[in-house]
Amino acid sequence: MHRRQFLSVTALAAGGALLTRVAFARADERPSRFVLVILRGALDGLAAVPPYGDRDYPGLRREFALRAPGEHGAALPLDGFFGLHPSLVFLQQCYSERELIVLHALASPYRERSHFDGQDVLENGGLRPHASQSGWLNRALAAAPATARGEAGVALGQNVPLVMRGPAAVTSWSPSRLSALDEDTLARIADLYATDKLLSTRLADALAADALAKPQPAQAKRAPYAEVARAAAGFLRQEDGPKVAVFDTNGWDTHANEGGAEGQLAGRLAALDVGLATLRQELGPVWRDTAVLLVTEFGRTAAINGTRGTDHGTATAAFLLGGAVAGGRVIADWPGLAARHLYQGRDLAPTLDLRSVLKGLLAEHLSVPSRALEQAVFPDSTAAKLLRGLVRA
Amino acid sequence: MREPFASAIAANRFGLGARPGELATIGDNGPDWLRAQLLGGAPALAGDLRPSQLILREALQLQREIQAARKAAGNTPGAKGTQVAADNAQQKLPQLLRPIYVAEVTARLSWAVSTDRPFIERLTQFWTNHFAVSIDKQFLTGLAGSFEREAIRPHVLGNFSDLLLAVETHPAMLLYLDNHLSVGPHSPAALRLERRGGARRIGINENLAREILELHTLGVGGGYTQKDVTTFAEVITGWSIGAQGGPFAGGEPGRFVFRPELHEPGAKVALGRRYRDDGLGQGVAVLRDVARERATARFIATKLARHFVADDPPPAAVERLANAFAKSGGDLPAVYRALIDSPDAWAQPLAKYKTPSDYVISSYRGLSLPVDAGHAPLAPFEVLGQRAWQPGSPAGWPDRSPDWDGASALIQRLQWAEAVGGRLGNHRDAMQLAPQLLGANLSDATRAAVAHAASAAQGITLLLAAPEFMRR
Repeated sequence: MHRRQFLSVTALAAGGALLTRVAFARADERPSRFVLVILRGALDGLAAVPPYGDRDYPGLRREFALRAPGEHGAALPLDGFFGLHPSLVFLQQCYSERELIVLHALASPYRERSHFDGQDVLENGGLRPHASQSGWLNRALAAAPATARGEAGVALGQNVPLVMRGPAAVTSWSPSRLSALDEDTLARIADLYATDKLLSTRLADALAADALAKPQPAQAKRAPYAEVARAAAGFLRQEDGPKVAVFDTNGWDTHANEGGAEGQLAGRLAALDVGLATLRQELGPVWRDTAVLLVTEFGRTAAINGTRGTDHGTATAAFLLGGAVAGGRVIADWPGLAARHLYQGRDLAPTLDLRSVLKGLLAEHLSVPSRALEQAVFPDSTAAKLLRGLVRA
Repeated sequence: MREPFASAIAANRFGLGARPGELATIGDNGPDWLRAQLLGGAPALAGDLRPSQLILREALQLQREIQAARKAAGNTPGAKGTQVAADNAQQKLPQLLRPIYVAEVTARLSWAVSTDRPFIERLTQFWTNHFAVSIDKQFLTGLAGSFEREAIRPHVLGNFSDLLLAVETHPAMLLYLDNHLSVGPHSPAALRLERRGGARRIGINENLAREILELHTLGVGGGYTQKDVTTFAEVITGWSIGAQGGPFAGGEPGRFVFRPELHEPGAKVALGRRYRDDGLGQGVAVLRDVARERATARFIATKLARHFVADDPPPAAVERLANAFAKSGGDLPAVYRALIDSPDAWAQPLAKYKTPSDYVISSYRGLSLPVDAGHAPLAPFEVLGQRAWQPGSPAGWPDRSPDWDGASALIQRLQWAEAVGGRLGNHRDAMQLAPQLLGANLSDATRAAVAHAASAAQGITLLLAAPEFMRR
């Protein structure tokens, strides 16, 4: 049997999972694309987006404080108060081309300091850890206007993270290092799974994703996110492919020897920056319809700890970039870093609810109805007012 | 209990997957087979494996050489010889650590594949994952295996409190969660530095203290505050590792050492209790108390029930385990017996989706796959997404179906199954093995698929692909 043919058979066998198709259209009929990048481990927002204009910043960060833009190794310029970490060269270029919004002093509703619960809240869209078994992005996809084309979303990785789990049809994809399965064996396995709902759905999803992906040679160590960015672009470029992609990045939990302009965090940020540049390049003309959001579970302590790192904190920074983004600005209601303004005397205080950003983006970029946003996608979020104007009209 | 399923559940859920003949050995008494495994001491791994102290001593020595070589290269930039020497030195650490990692993974897999006490091995892996370290940190590549052998295995059939103390004082854990770097702000060392006008302020790092409370004992929501974390971090300042040189010289190199000069002095109030300062004893006392908390009993009970009963464990099962934990003062065999006695653990024959590690080990056991020399044993774990000792976070690997049942993950499994089938060919008879591995769980559909396979190799692939082999 031909693989394409086989694919459609398994899709039907899987209870029509592939027939539940969702796409997004803006006024000009060019479908919007959305990429969510989760920075797991709690990104140090004060290092990635240093507020060098805050008089208390140098004292808290001491020898790791980044200097005002100008000399080598200093922060890259944003708005005269905030800068970007010198590793974020591509992001700075996006900013100057008005394709980047930097958000600061924002936080999810979570106020404790556990990574794992923090990530759960970041992904489940509720007020508390384990509030839901599904994720806000999936629920948003389920509520977005449906057309007859395209599977809703793809997770770049072997498994689907919580934020993408739920009622809408999504799939996962990761580069395979083994030869493709024998067609006949595959058909027999599909038969064997006919009465197993989970396995038959997964198998059909996998084959659908496999047909869309464009596998690439393994990347050099210095660009660990380039491969995943290329794969994401491969999906999003397809006319009848998924319009939403999500992937994870790790290694942001910088308790010791975090470094400043150079060092551990600088290396991670540089790799991330290269990955994002690859994404733009690979998306080609689709970039102008794309918004990419980078979020983390919470921030880190305002001051450097005893081991030249930072411990778990509260508010942090986020990035929204892409050709569809109304960029070139920093959105921050800056609380200040004076001791009396710090949350519990130690962390950057949150002044912007992450859900406000997510709501605005989902409403204006993916046309998710506001009723669904308030109820199914972000329950108990009336306090977080939808933030308008993040994407170009 | 549904009797026909008892042996299949005992071998596949509590054990590591049936070996041919194992279901017959178990007969109709799964619980007794499991209880018998709890008797006798905890087994140790055989093989020529080095203690962590020697590994760490050598690694620390190499690290100093690397730093010295780098410094020399930095002092004479452009001098080719010193740069080459620095690059060569840099290579020495992975050259030391990587072969140790390979040997440890191989020894662990060989044991898992051959042991006739597989319940104990599953419990061992459960605890290793509960007290997770990850080889993301370079030194851990060489220490993760010896950490499991030294801190986990000897205490798997002991008391939780002893297990906890062994783990938190093991150099691998101290390194992984940065505690060797943590310094009391009023410790003799900090005050000395301040008198000298040291520009660099030193102080605590709360990483280990937080994860002990959140991940190892009370669990998140277990009734501790940020203040408790900070205070506990101060309590365990000075829990460190011996070294020959460097800023923290002293102690036996590579071994746990308590350094009074780094310890934050004074009595401290943590988790509602006051602890006088008797140095090392202060932190030990906190650990002993935390191990006995009701929240700890509940947290451990919930994780065990999730692992052995269902992703969302029934409250009755959790309650039973928590009570056994509390009543016995953390005696682990008592908790395991309560688990065996939980009707819920036997109610659903295939309640758990296998992790990649479960899948690989059960395939090795069921098909009597040889554990090859060299790097081969590492490959399936890497390809299927669960590289040995690399959960990537101190929370360890997740333990629910959605974390492992992704579409792409399934394809990786099937492709691996096909490669295994191709490799074995007609050296195994899937038709004959199917009932021996799956027992009462074997479905008519799987039996028919295997019987009608186009080749012996395809029969093996279909057996490994079967829905009832994907679960336990």
